Amino acid sequence: METFSRRKTVKKAFAASVPVMAGYIVLGIGFGILMNEKGYGILWTLAMSLFIYAGSLQYAGVSLITSSVSLVSAAITSLMVNARHLFYSISMLEKYKDAGKFKPYMIFALTDETYSLLSDGNVPEGCDPHFYRFMVSLFNQCWWIIGSGAGSLLGKALPFSTEGIEFSMTALFVASFAEQWLSSENHFPSLAGLFSSVICLILFGPDRFLIPSMILIILILTIAHRMEEKRK
Amino acid sequence: MTYTALLIAVMALCTMLTRFLPFFVFDHESSPPKYILYLGRVLPMASIAMLVVYCLRDTDLTSGIQGYTGIIASVFVICLQAWKRNLILSILGGTVIYMILIQIL
Repeated sequence: METFSRRKTVKKAFAASVPVMAGYIVLGIGFGILMNEKGYGILWTLAMSLFIYAGSLQYAGVSLITSSVSLVSAAITSLMVNARHLFYSISMLEKYKDAGKFKPYMIFALTDETYSLLSDGNVPEGCDPHFYRFMVSLFNQCWWIIGSGAGSLLGKALPFSTEGIEFSMTALFVASFAEQWLSSENHFPSLAGLFSSVICLILFGPDRFLIPSMILIILILTIAHRMEEKRK
Repeated sequence: MTYTALLIAVMALCTMLTRFLPFFVFDHESSPPKYILYLGRVLPMASIAMLVVYCLRDTDLTSGIQGYTGIIASVFVICLQAWKRNLILSILGGTVIYMILIQIL
């Protein structure tokens, strides 16, 4: 049985989460400000960051709660906006398999950013892999909670107009898209995603295109996979 | 107020469902099917592309320069990312440009 230093693992996990710290604090502040603008105080903001912990849904959620939509449409929106988590979980099945008592929280906290830090499967030398992944997940959620709390408190005090702050979400996705494009050789999945959603946006309109896009994406990627298999 | 709490609970439960479901479905098998693993590899890239389109879905190409602010700021984000490869810098830079654009235009 190997022995790992817990202290070292915590340190390494902290270091790994620093890039996310900046992003989560900035995006969290944006979310807190937005909530504050709509009249929801710090307790609501913290509750969402603690229990939902999904950036894009929380941003979308601001408009869901201000317009008091039905519970069913809140559920459908949540499932659609977060459907990509299914894919993250699928690709972490193997790595999280034996995580034991850490596993439930690690699955709960598997956000885009945590996934991007842990998906390559590398763990620093001398660290217990499961405890390391658990700590990275935990640090990341702490940054998110700190950011959104700070945004909620700052909201009233800022000396300039925060109109347009919601673009931070778009910028996050656009920058991730650019980064994935730059760092991978196979652009087919990105192109399939782009093509399918633009086509569905034109065909179904801005309010109803997400589900058809997902179906079309899976269809295209499945056909590509089949053709690849046949060639082998 | 109770209703807001209910809405938040629904969002939290549905989010958990999307994260836990694959672990419930595939946990008992020794390894998930090859096709599922393939989807796990390619779907993140495709879904990020979809989210970009989702965020820019209200772009109105017929309403003049104001309709393009999201696109302009996004192009700026892409250039910044290609140049510095720093996610936070690109997000901050793009958001500031966007805020300036919509507040002056």
